[in-house]
Amino acid sequence: MKQEHTLTVYSENQVGLLNKIAIIFSRRKINLESFNSSPSEIEKIYRFTIVVKETEEVVRNLVRQIEKIVDVFKVFNNTNDEIIWQQIALYKVPTSIIMKDAKVERLLRQFGANVVVIRNDYTVFEATGQDDEINNLLKELDKYGLIEFVRSSRIAIIKSSEGVHKQVLDMQKNDPRKSPINNEYLNSKSKIFQM
Amino acid sequence: METVEQNTLENNIGKTHNVSGSLAVIDALLSEDITTVFGYPGGAIMPIYDALYDFNDSLNHILVRHEQGAIHAAQGYARVSGKTGVVFATSGPGATNLVTGLADAQIDSTPLVCITGQVFAHLLGTDAFQETDVINITTPITKWNYQVTDANEIPEVLAKAFFIASSGRPGPVLIDITKNAQLQLFDYKGYRQCVHVRSYRAEPIVRNEYIEQAAKLINEAKKPFVIFGQGVILGNAEKEFLAFIEKAGLPTAWTIMGMSAIPTNHPLGVGMLGMHGNYGPNYLTNECDVLIAVGMRFDDRVTGRLDKYAKQAKVVHLDIDPAEIDKNVATTVAVWGNCKETLPLLTALVEEKTHTEWFKEFDIKKEKETTQLITKELNPTEGELTMGEVLNVLNELTNGEAVIVTDVGQHQMVACRYAKQTKSRSNITSGGLGTMGFALPAAIGAKFGAPEREVIAIMGDGGAQMNIQELGTIMQFKPNVKILILNNSFLGMVRQWQELFHKKRYSFTDIQSPNFVTLASAYNIAGKQISKREELKASLKEMLDHPESYLLEVAVLHEDNVFPMVPQGKGVAEIVLSKEEI
Ligand SMILES: Cc1ncc(C[n+]2csc(CCOP(=O)(O)OP(=O)(O)O)c2C)c(N)n1
Repeated sequence: MKQEHTLTVYSENQVGLLNKIAIIFSRRKINLESFNSSPSEIEKIYRFTIVVKETEEVVRNLVRQIEKIVDVFKVFNNTNDEIIWQQIALYKVPTSIIMKDAKVERLLRQFGANVVVIRNDYTVFEATGQDDEINNLLKELDKYGLIEFVRSSRIAIIKSSEGVHKQVLDMQKNDPRKSPINNEYLNSKSKIFQM
Repeated sequence: METVEQNTLENNIGKTHNVSGSLAVIDALLSEDITTVFGYPGGAIMPIYDALYDFNDSLNHILVRHEQGAIHAAQGYARVSGKTGVVFATSGPGATNLVTGLADAQIDSTPLVCITGQVFAHLLGTDAFQETDVINITTPITKWNYQVTDANEIPEVLAKAFFIASSGRPGPVLIDITKNAQLQLFDYKGYRQCVHVRSYRAEPIVRNEYIEQAAKLINEAKKPFVIFGQGVILGNAEKEFLAFIEKAGLPTAWTIMGMSAIPTNHPLGVGMLGMHGNYGPNYLTNECDVLIAVGMRFDDRVTGRLDKYAKQAKVVHLDIDPAEIDKNVATTVAVWGNCKETLPLLTALVEEKTHTEWFKEFDIKKEKETTQLITKELNPTEGELTMGEVLNVLNELTNGEAVIVTDVGQHQMVACRYAKQTKSRSNITSGGLGTMGFALPAAIGAKFGAPEREVIAIMGDGGAQMNIQELGTIMQFKPNVKILILNNSFLGMVRQWQELFHKKRYSFTDIQSPNFVTLASAYNIAGKQISKREELKASLKEMLDHPESYLLEVAVLHEDNVFPMVPQGKGVAEIVLSKEEI
């Protein structure tokens, strides 16, 4: 069964790495639902958050291929129930309509949106949430002359209690040739990732 | 990155101040004990060639005639010796000419370090003369690649390159060095070999519980069957492998890439797997109860149709690369690790057995293949020569001690089916990519990698014309390579498929050839053309006895087909022995 999988990739921060990861998907003609990269909490280590909609089997192979990239430390594969995730969206709406229409303000409150900028001609709102919340607000604002909309890729935190951070750092300390974490993770996924 | 101190400075280049990036490249090679480099110069790599000029004694540079020749030669060198092959090429067209070889080395896990020149760093992205984005072109076909723009990076990056290329599952690494970095003078602190890259796991840890589970399956099996690939050779685990199969008395078949890891006439050996492999091992894959795969990756040419592949069997898969586990065939027990390490652990736990009844099934199948096919192929008494009989006579003369380097096509399948091999690293062929034009340059490289061994390149008339310029390399550097062209006046393997699956519509497979012998003589290479059975043995002997390179062209049956065959889209048990069965 195809479902959303969120891959969290820890890697060196190196020119070209994004491409090295992206071609693993494009070679197999697999579409990325979402792709985010940012520095991680560990100095000099980068974190990619990738969302794909595929079967467990396909994703497992993808994960192993990504882990094969020399500059990648570790890849975590999680279904939606194993993560906490958010996206951010920006909405640009004509200020005149908002001023006139009290319903809009109610809407924003209801969706937990914030004002980022107010100008004479337009106002920019920001909302954070998951697909549904962002889409619902989009649908509503569309009725009030929405000028522009943009949504970020997904960022996700893994619910697991054992620190991902520690596992990545452990890699550096271990016998350089070995990777106990790697094996352990793949063999006892549930233990590591249950809340 | 962790490194080992190495005090090589004084020995190799004798200075530390104002060292050029190019000199640091040379020092890296010398420190890695590289003795042979295959390459071709050009504008963007000239500083490295200039530095090379002073190291003629310690670094043997082979000037090929095409960069594709350089990289296939480096592959042949690496495959025969187990050492890392090194290639130099210039930017732009020099680098793009490496692409086929990189793809080939990547899919066949061959350790290479390719060093390409690149335009000055300030010109990157300006479409400068001979600028190509070689890093992005080669990303999917290298184990690792990196662009150096500052000489200070060179020692560390090259150390990393050599470590990555040769450790774990080996593969090609490409380092692109901009010309400014080659020219740049810097304070050189010496070369330190790399032993660890923090984000890279060369080998997974071996876990005992899986060894135990695997041993249990093997011990309980009534019809266990071992299939192995190049992993046994790459892991230098030939002895450990033999100890394993001999103790447990297991029937054992090889893939084309694994061939020669055990002697081809070993009593436990039941032949070759694959589309044109032997009848028994293909057929009985679907009868075994436990399939033990060692250092192989279940290529589709080996498995045939996957949903009809070994469905009845429990599968034990030993591999160093976690990405290979469950990729094509679901495993019951996965034993991750270098088989050099895992096999002895497994051997300790398996029981001594003989499986006499089970072996009989292989014997019956072998008998059938022999009477229906092999005898006719190897010992025809009339008609034109067959490829099989050429191999048969060659076996007699070499006693299975030669390195056989094959090109791609019918002759490749016939050579791998019939060549007798007694030593590991004797079968060098483009297995995963099927690269025509591989054999001639790879044979040149193999001769440099194993000068003491007889090296025979076996080619079709098509593939022979695909990197034939390398005859020039033989002329100039004189590796003693024997060139055997099996000329059927067709692109034989494609013609076979046209005959079998496209109603004999021979669309552009009738290929004409030059007079190969005359051509060879233009390169000062002796040669001969034959077509008669009576001449075969004496001519092969003449070729082998010739003190230098020699080209023998044998005219063979034009429309012969290679059988058995697992037709594409069919299961391994649907293997056929003749075209009537298709
Ligand atoms: C570079 C490349 N181009 C095309 C092919 C497709 N191909 C596979 S076998 C073959 C025919 C080879 O003919 P020849 O070299 O004469 O050998 P034969 O099969 O006759 O022994 C061709 C064209 C290939 N494998 N490699």
